[in-house]
Amino acid sequence: MSDITTNPELAIAMRGVTKIFGDDPQTALALLRSGKTKTEVQTETNHVVGLDNVSLDIAKGQIFVVMGLSGSGKSTLIRHVNRLIEPTAGEIIVNGTDVLKMDLDALRTYRRTQIAMVFQKFGLLPHRSVIDNVAYGLEVRGVGKDERLATAAKWIETVGLSGYEQSQPRQLSGGQQQRVGLARALAMDTDIILMDEAFSALDPLIRSGMQDQLIELQKSLGKTILFITHDFDEALKIGDRIAVLKDGALQQEGKPEDIVLRPANEHIEEFVREVNKARAIHVRSIMTKGPGEPCKILVPRDARCEDVLPLFAEHEWVGVQDENGIQIGSITAKQVIRALARHTPAPVDAVA
Amino acid sequence: MFPELIDTRPLRRAVDDALNWVVREWGGAFEAAAHPLLMLLLAIEDLLIATPWWLIIAILVGVAWLSTRNWKLPAVVLGALLFLGVMDLWEDAMTTMALMIAATLTAIVIAIPVGVWMSRSLNVRKSITPLLDLMQTLPSFVYLIPTVMIFGPGKIPALIATIVYASPPLVRLTDLGLRSVDPAVMEASRAFGTNPRQRLLGVQIPLALPTILAGVNQTTMMALSMVVIASMIGAGGLGYQVLQGIGRLEVSRGLFAGLGIVALAIIFDRVTQAFGKQLQARIGLAEAR
Repeated sequence: MSDITTNPELAIAMRGVTKIFGDDPQTALALLRSGKTKTEVQTETNHVVGLDNVSLDIAKGQIFVVMGLSGSGKSTLIRHVNRLIEPTAGEIIVNGTDVLKMDLDALRTYRRTQIAMVFQKFGLLPHRSVIDNVAYGLEVRGVGKDERLATAAKWIETVGLSGYEQSQPRQLSGGQQQRVGLARALAMDTDIILMDEAFSALDPLIRSGMQDQLIELQKSLGKTILFITHDFDEALKIGDRIAVLKDGALQQEGKPEDIVLRPANEHIEEFVREVNKARAIHVRSIMTKGPGEPCKILVPRDARCEDVLPLFAEHEWVGVQDENGIQIGSITAKQVIRALARHTPAPVDAVA
Repeated sequence: MFPELIDTRPLRRAVDDALNWVVREWGGAFEAAAHPLLMLLLAIEDLLIATPWWLIIAILVGVAWLSTRNWKLPAVVLGALLFLGVMDLWEDAMTTMALMIAATLTAIVIAIPVGVWMSRSLNVRKSITPLLDLMQTLPSFVYLIPTVMIFGPGKIPALIATIVYASPPLVRLTDLGLRSVDPAVMEASRAFGTNPRQRLLGVQIPLALPTILAGVNQTTMMALSMVVIASMIGAGGLGYQVLQGIGRLEVSRGLFAGLGIVALAIIFDRVTQAFGKQLQARIGLAEAR
């Protein structure tokens, strides 16, 4: 296990994390280990398997999305990282420290200083003003009043809520309330932020705006963000890496395009079929690598298929450049179409 | 006829002897222990009687205005107080008010910590709930007589009986209020590394305050409903006027003193309720309900 405690690249590492809800989880755990399924364990012992042997490596400075339908255990998973839920078995290492070995005092210090969380239902304190809500984590940490209010004011401005400092949370719309929740987490200035279905309660346009803002913030701040969602499109849009969870077990983990291009099983295929692949696939993952012939038109390296499609109306080749403007590859319309067409079921007459 | 399974006479005798023994051996100690309560009650009573009537009217009408920012409630309060004055019940009303305030303050000091304790542990709740049921349903004379035997007739047993009868709703509503705080807010607070004391004082109590205030309201009302019984053992006040009215078959005396108790009840009920509503609006629960 020394590799996961000492690897400085990893923000969060989970090994074999299993959670069983019930009075006697150890018996149910033994059953689960003996090869019974989640449903069998539930009918035999009336214990619910929340997580089944989940192992994840989350590198620093990325947005890691855990995707799953309701009941897949994703909210249980994220609550293990700051130990709002205790696992039945497994190991959780955050920034090189074993979270499960902490005593209560150490755990509180860890929650106050190393990890912040944003909630689906916002979890704002209704009796406090916006600025006092944003300053809450710092207040718990013991930061002086002037300093914490100054920090809070700065983050309120960053999330675009200037002028609402003295408002009460209930006077704000859902989107604004979640901005307060986000500012409250950002004000903690922790390396890791947990986001539990943070945007699920918002309507689509506001959600899209919040996603863009989160991507921007992550780029400028370099935080590690563990993001939970049930929305595959959202996962593809913001995730650097995605893990798919079903019935408490990990189905597949990888880059967004890995999941779209090579879904590991039937369950993931179902998601992929519904999704806008042109948005999910980065051109750099399917381009012809190497400088090649210089192209007339260049796109940045994080461009997606939907960004280059309109360009093919005028150009045969589109080049891909890195941050320094140097061409690192090129792509044709054919390559894009091939990538998009993969895994789409063949038309009936073609089979016949 | 139910068959006599065991002879209960020794049991009865044991209870009576035990009480007599307590009165004989510990009566003085109990009286000394309850002395601070008496001091509190007398201090409040002296203060209320020494304060000029117009000042008390001004204060209560002012508080009523603060609780609603509206002229209606202050007008009701003014009418009720003028009624007490005109009917020559002012001093008795102050004595009754002092008993009620002393009982409510003591109940708050005892009941809120018990409510907090109950909200934290299922076992504590399971063992205290029957006790509260007992306190509310046991006819008050059953514990009034032993208290009088221990403390002697006077204000102390009256105050203690009032506290016993009036505390349970506050304990229950404190417990309920603390437990019904939005679990999402509690979880968020926990995620930021708060300890139980920070959660209690910073989140639970502020959010449960409207419910706790409803408990205080119930306690004042129940304390007022005890004044007639309390006056039987020497509490004086409006209850004593009612008793005298009954004793002398003077219907008018009993009726007007009874209406005086109602007037006090209206004042304290409406004012505490208005404060509760104001508080609810401030923390944004009013719209959610």
